[in-house]
Amino acid sequence: MKYALLLMGHVNDPACGEEGGASPEEFFAFDKEITAAGVVVDSFALEDPDDGGVIVSSDENGERVVSSGPFAEVKEFVGGAYIIDVANIDEAIEWARKSPGSAPGGHVEIRPLAPY
Amino acid sequence: MPSESPDDRNPPADAPLADPVESARNALAAIDRDARTRILATLARRFSDLDLAEDMIQEAFAQALHTWPQTGVPNSPEAWLITTAKRKALDVVRREGVLAQKLARLRIEEEREPTPHAYADPATRVGEQPAESVPDDRLALFFACAHPALKTEDRIALTLRFVAGLSTNEVAHGLLVPVPTMQQRIVRAKKRLRTLGVPLDVPHHRDLPERLVAVQRVIYLLYTEGFARSTGREHIRDDLTAEAIRLARVLRSLTPHVAETTGLLGLLLLTQARRPARTDGAGKPVSLAEQDRAMWDRELIAEGLALAEEAARAGEGGPYAIQAAIAAVHGEATTFADTDWAQIVVLYRMLEQVEPGPIVKLGRAVAIGRAFGPAKGLRQLDDLQTDPVLQGLRQFHTARAITLEELGDREAAVAAYCQALELPGNDAEDEFLIAMLADIND
Repeated sequence: MKYALLLMGHVNDPACGEEGGASPEEFFAFDKEITAAGVVVDSFALEDPDDGGVIVSSDENGERVVSSGPFAEVKEFVGGAYIIDVANIDEAIEWARKSPGSAPGGHVEIRPLAPY
Repeated sequence: MPSESPDDRNPPADAPLADPVESARNALAAIDRDARTRILATLARRFSDLDLAEDMIQEAFAQALHTWPQTGVPNSPEAWLITTAKRKALDVVRREGVLAQKLARLRIEEEREPTPHAYADPATRVGEQPAESVPDDRLALFFACAHPALKTEDRIALTLRFVAGLSTNEVAHGLLVPVPTMQQRIVRAKKRLRTLGVPLDVPHHRDLPERLVAVQRVIYLLYTEGFARSTGREHIRDDLTAEAIRLARVLRSLTPHVAETTGLLGLLLLTQARRPARTDGAGKPVSLAEQDRAMWDRELIAEGLALAEEAARAGEGGPYAIQAAIAAVHGEATTFADTDWAQIVVLYRMLEQVEPGPIVKLGRAVAIGRAFGPAKGLRQLDDLQTDPVLQGLRQFHTARAITLEELGDREAAVAAYCQALELPGNDAEDEFLIAMLADIND
């Protein structure tokens, strides 16, 4: 089954970002390990939403409007993602456990890919 | 007439043949709930899909009705059904083209065998029991269904419904939720299981502790349903209570140092010890006050007391350890009047701290009435009148009725007994309540 591992960060969490949380080296090491395991279908990392995020949404009249992101009320953001192909949720959980993304300051959300 | 032996129903090939359709029907009827659960367990573990497993078992039964009259009943009908249902499930999985990887995991090569011949015993091929972390098929599936990807309440509902074999109504009653809510919950949980790809496999040793609480709960609720059925004719279902105790014993052998497992087994044994006195000759329930304590099973009490003490010594104060302690106070009292109700009140207060719930509040209110007089008891019970769960439970209105009767308020007692009678319960309880009403009116 294919699963998305969404590596989530939390806005204004002191344990997340440059001051705290997992280091880039830890992410690189994890990336190497999961890639070597041959389960990665695709993956990407995203820039910090403060530095580069633009929101396209609809206003109350249904008109598209463009603004700088992130949404003020959003407390968490996607920092990156892996699409992996593994036997079942337990294997996906195993990878999410290993990921620095689930260290203090972040969490990993596992979502099965819809088959359409 | 000698008692009917299996041979009477299933004559050897050289005996004059009974009607083959009849033989097939009888053989299928002999597949009891336990056997059905075993078949379901095997398929569910294989395919991680409860719906598919259920559908394919249905189809295998249908096929047996068609095939067995022609080929004869196989030596092991259960193994035949498992093999047939597995093969049908594989066909479905293949037809629907579900994920090549899932198929690979199912080791299709092993499955690409001809249709089991009815006379051959496929059990020899089906049995595949490597050393596992859980030494019992059903208990293993309890642990599998307690997967953290499911909400705690869904884990328990799903397990009770599909692995323990209770009806949706019984599960709803056990978990104190309305039946339609339970139906939705079960549908949702099954869908989640399938969508997420949760393997219904024996979990890793490491995963057992976090799943233990749900498994303990399932065993407890299984016993509870057997102890006083939510519906049906008889008051007690001894097959359910026996199975719950068997599973509690296996669980204890698996987690001998977990106080709550010890407490759970102690609680079940101390409760079970009263079984011989709990119904009269006609199957009508006998209240704790009226029970002939000479009929209590002394051996079970001794074993239960030792377990309750062991659980209490751990000092964790978990819900099963406390309930075992309450059962121990009853078990040690030689007469109803001798019961140390003040101690029971204290224990219920402790229980309420760790497991606040309507049933616990009811137990505490009853204990207060016994310890400090029916007037105090009634005040406690009346305070609980607004609880919607208790309003819908027979035990609550029965407890009120008995208290009101003791206070001499016959009219209110009659009203409370009548309220209890209107609520769902088993037929034997109906008889008990009707007899209580008749006594008041004498």
